[in-house]
Order: sequence, then C-alpha cells, then structure tokens
Amino acid sequence: MSRIRAVFDSLGQQGRKALIPFITAGDPDPQATVPLMHGLVAGGADIIELGVPFSDPMADGPTIQRASERALKWGMSLRTVLALAHQFRRDDPDTPLVLMGYANPIEAFGVDAFCSAALASGVDGVLVVDYPPEEAREFALRLRAVALDPIFLLAPTSVESRYRDVAKLGSGYIYYVSLKGVTGAGHLDIADVAARIPKIRAQVGIPVGVGFGIRDAATAQKIGAIADAVVIGSRIVEEIESSPRDQVVARVTGFVRGIRTALDEVEATAGGVP
Amino acid sequence: MQITDVPPYSLPDANGHFGPYGGTFVSETLIAALDELRAAYAWYRNDASFLAEFADELAHYVGRPSPVYHAKRWSETLGGAQIYLKREDLNHTGAHKINNVIGQALLAKRMGKPRVIAETGAGQHGVASATIAARYGMECVVYMGSEDIKRQAQNVYRMKLLGATVVPVESGSKTLKDALNEAMRDWVTNVGNTFYIIGTVAGPHPYPMMVRDFQSVIGKECIEQMPGRAGRQPDAVIACVGGGSNAMGIFFPYIEQRDVRLIGVEAAGDGIATGRHAASLTAGRPGVLHGNRTYLLQDENGQIIETHSVSAGLDYPGVGPEHAWLKDSGRAEYVTITDDEALAAFHTCCRCEGIIPALESSHALAYAAKLAPSMATQEILLVNLSGRGDKDMHTVAERSGLIF
Repeated sequence: MSRIRAVFDSLGQQGRKALIPFITAGDPDPQATVPLMHGLVAGGADIIELGVPFSDPMADGPTIQRASERALKWGMSLRTVLALAHQFRRDDPDTPLVLMGYANPIEAFGVDAFCSAALASGVDGVLVVDYPPEEAREFALRLRAVALDPIFLLAPTSVESRYRDVAKLGSGYIYYVSLKGVTGAGHLDIADVAARIPKIRAQVGIPVGVGFGIRDAATAQKIGAIADAVVIGSRIVEEIESSPRDQVVARVTGFVRGIRTALDEVEATAGGVP
Repeated sequence: MQITDVPPYSLPDANGHFGPYGGTFVSETLIAALDELRAAYAWYRNDASFLAEFADELAHYVGRPSPVYHAKRWSETLGGAQIYLKREDLNHTGAHKINNVIGQALLAKRMGKPRVIAETGAGQHGVASATIAARYGMECVVYMGSEDIKRQAQNVYRMKLLGATVVPVESGSKTLKDALNEAMRDWVTNVGNTFYIIGTVAGPHPYPMMVRDFQSVIGKECIEQMPGRAGRQPDAVIACVGGGSNAMGIFFPYIEQRDVRLIGVEAAGDGIATGRHAASLTAGRPGVLHGNRTYLLQDENGQIIETHSVSAGLDYPGVGPEHAWLKDSGRAEYVTITDDEALAAFHTCCRCEGIIPALESSHALAYAAKLAPSMATQEILLVNLSGRGDKDMHTVAERSGLIF
C-alpha cells in the first residue's frame, strides 16, 4: 500500500483530517529545506508537498513565484530537490512526500529517469501543474508503473466529465483548487466547496484535499469539516519570507501546529455528527 | 502547382497537436476557459457573418490588402533573385499584429466578454490590442515586463493614449515571457468577463491555430497577388520568427505548394555561439512552456533562460508549435541572422528602397539579401515585411551612438 493511502486510511479510522503543508524546496536556502520538512512534521503535517522551483510558475501567485526565484538563485534544480527529498527520507520513513511543480524540469530530466530517481529518493506522489489529464496519460501510467501516485487538480470550473478523467489516471488524492485564480489569491467560498466535494469524492473514489485560499485556523477548520485534507501553501511561504533566518523553522512549525490543533478540535466536536 | 500527391495539410488535430508539439499544457483552472474559447472559435470560424465582419474590418480599418512590392533597386544591387516585399508595414498600427487582434476582439464581442487583456514585448501587440479595444469600446489591460517598458517608452505612451491600462511586470526576467505569465494569471482570475488576446501563434490550443488562421490573410493575399506582380508564385517565402505569427501567416497558405521553399529567420543576437540570442528552433530543445510543447531555450535543468535580440519582438525563449512541426517535418527551413546583420539590412532597406523596416522584419530582409546573390535573376524571393521601423528609431540611434 502506498504511504499516501496508508496515511488517509489511518486518519480515517481516527476520524481526523489530513494536514498538507507546502514549501518550495530551496526556500529561503537549500540548507533550510530538510529542517523545515521535519519541522512541518513536528507541527502536525500528515503529508508534505514540496515545490520544485521553476523559472515560469504560471499557475502560482506572487508569493510562490518569489519562493521559486529565491530557490533558483541558489541554483536549485530538480536533481537537488530529489537529493533533499532523499535526505529527509533517511530520518523520516513514514511521512508521504509529494513533489509539486511544472512539466519542463521533469521533461528536461527525462520522464523515465525522473520516475526512478523520484522513487529512489523516497517520493510518494507527483503533481505537475501544467499536465492536465488530456496531456498526462503517458506520464501518469509511468508513475503508476513504479508505484508513485499521480496527483491531479480539479477546479470549481471543472465539468463533471473531468472528475472521471482524473479518476482514471490519478491516485493518492485529488487536489481541489478552491477558488478561481492563482495560489495565494483572495477568499474562498466555503458553501461552494461544500457543495462540490461530495460530488467529486463520489466520482473519484479517492480522498479529496482542498487548497488555495486557506490562510488561517478558522478557514482550515471549515474546510476540514468538508474535505479529507487541507492544503496550505502561500501562507506558509509568507511565514518563511517574513521570519528571520534563524527562526524560520520554529515559526513555521508553530504556525502548522496552530492549524493542526484547530483541525483536530473540529474533528473532536464534529465527531458525533453523522 | 504540383501538389497532386500531397495529402491536404490538416494540422493541428482535434486536441491542438502538431505532431508531438502544441497541446494544452495548462493548469486545470484554465481548462474551462479554453473549452469555452474552442467551442466559440469552432463555431465562428465557419460563421458567415463573423467572417464578413472580419473581412470588412481588415479592408476598411486596417487597409488591406497590403501591397506586394518589387524591391527593384535592392534586387539589382544584389545581382541575383528578385526580392518582393509583402507590405504589412503599411497596415494601420504599423505591423501584421492588428490582423489577429481584430479576429480575437470580434470573437470576444460575440462571447460577451467586455474586457480584453494582452501581453506585449516590444509593445506592438499591446498597441494593436489597445487600438481595437478603443474601436470596440472594450476595457483593455496590457501586461508588459518592466524592462520592456523602459526600452519601449513610446509604445507605452501610445497604449495609454488609446485608453489601455499598462501593468508593469516585475517578476522573473521582467520581459515578454513574464508578461505572458502575468496575463495568464489575470485570465484565470477574471475568466468570466475577460478575453485573453494572445499575440502570437503560441500558447495552449486553440491559440496557435486561431492566430495562424487570422494571420493567414497575409499568405492568401500573396497567392492572389504574386501572379499579377511577378508573373508567378515565389521560389521562396522568407519571414522572421520570434513567436512566429507573421511567418505562419505568410507560410500557411503555401504549405501545400511543395515547390515553394519556406524559410523562417530567427534572431541570433550577438551570435549563436555567445549564448546571447533568441533562436529557439536553431539552438533550443523541445519542452513545455506557456501551454504548449515546442522548442525552448532552456538550461540543462529545464529552467527557461533569458534571451537576447536587438529586436524586442523576437526576444522570446519559445516559438509557435507549428513551426516546431514544420522544422521537424522538413517542410520549412530555419536560419539565423545576428543583430549586426539585421541592422545592416535595416539601413540598406532605408536607403535603397525608401522603406524603414521594423528590426524584426530586418532579420528576414537580411537573410533575403544573403540568399539572393546565389540565385538567378529570374528567381523570386517573397519577404514578409511584417512591420515598420518607426518604433525602433531609439534603438537604431543608440546603436549608432546617437541619443535623442
């Protein structure tokens, strides 16, 4: 069983929801990444999404683009991201790790070479933002051939036939983009999310995480009551950006712990509600 | 035309692929917008009233057909092939860009989108978009890299005069590719009321096909005009290639005429060997950027690298996917011209023909001037003079040591 599936199974038995923080590998510098990842786990992360820096992150907002630019200044590449993943995995055999990035660095690396290197580095899933299902069939099959989970996005604008398209190719979980726009944008419509998640879950048959626009414990609680997982990216990158270098890990860990506590509270109170 | 054994050219396929190139490499958040656009374009490309309005605008607002002009003195000086120029520089707003913008803006109107956005590098596509938005009473926002804004102050002012909002882009290399990223972000956020007018034959399906279709008026006119002007079709058609819209526009109607060579000219900047150039087809590798698979200038890690050309309109690290296909299939050839060669052709064209060409088009002229002497005097080269050089006065003056 994949590490991702194992985590969702175990959380499901406890009636808890997954917390999935995102950081960009190499931000604010490559030395910070592995300590930050351990800090995320210490703060209560169930799965980590690790961003692969790219020069042209079209689907991201300014916050994550700045993180990419900081990382690229250090010469980060897909190869060094995999090395950091491997380093993390040596000390943490359990927390699933999902790489999130854009197609071109993977194609430049070579898809087959990437699949084996990702597996060898302890990666569990891969989300390629600019590989929608219609362009990702071959890639998803190759990932699954080495037991890596291809993670796909769905959006409020996705028509229901697309739920079936991602269900055919995806595994691990679905990342539901909760609002129109780029990462780090505006406010999300909880009622709209609440209306769509059950439909998506029914069609895809795997857990559904929600991200984009989740910036605080209160929103995380509300989303946690609806979805299987809460993804937080830009808000954590902002924490990294605004922290003095020697406090980055402590501040990020503290932030994640706050979200975790809030998320577990809602589960406890919502526990009796069918 | 000896095309009896050639199957009709019918690319892209239904999913926007030109062989391995093209496609829809975008985030899920953009898929619905692209589906909406594809459906609308699939309908209107065959709609008589849409096509009639497009043709009427091209005739009476742009001033088409643009002439085909025999550059007689220059041809004589070179002592070889006869050079004919397709005068897109005479269009309203001074370049071929307006053809496509009218097509997309008419589509936006029919789709009920009152707001248009555009990316621009040199500012020509931005000016064309601002022009049409003014003409149709639409709100227009143009994204432009802050580096380009510094280099093209006059076009920025022009867009503002026309009522557009110019948004400086400070991310990445602060040039065209970053402006494109930013425009995509705007679109994904405001897709309900906004139409994204892409300026070249790149981006996700249907843009490469749609922009080509709108620009192919250039080549269609040439096919009609050449027999009257030159007695027959040309031996070769030459056009500069940045993103590649003026080249696709003139190449496309000639693709099935196999005896006509198609030659795309990329910007070699300071020289291919220096690494400071913008020649994606010549020196790049296939990859994925801005919604399509195509040749890209990238480092060994797949990061997009900064490009260089004296002509801002060619300064782009990718190229339209149909050019990638035409290159691989051998139907078109792609060559390069350096900044210095382009500037030399610029000056010659000014003095020999009384035409001030755009620096982009000067690349195509430079290659024609290189090729012509090796050909017979009855042979014919048709060059797409894609724009006029008024916008380049500053750049040329600076390169000659003058400051206005």
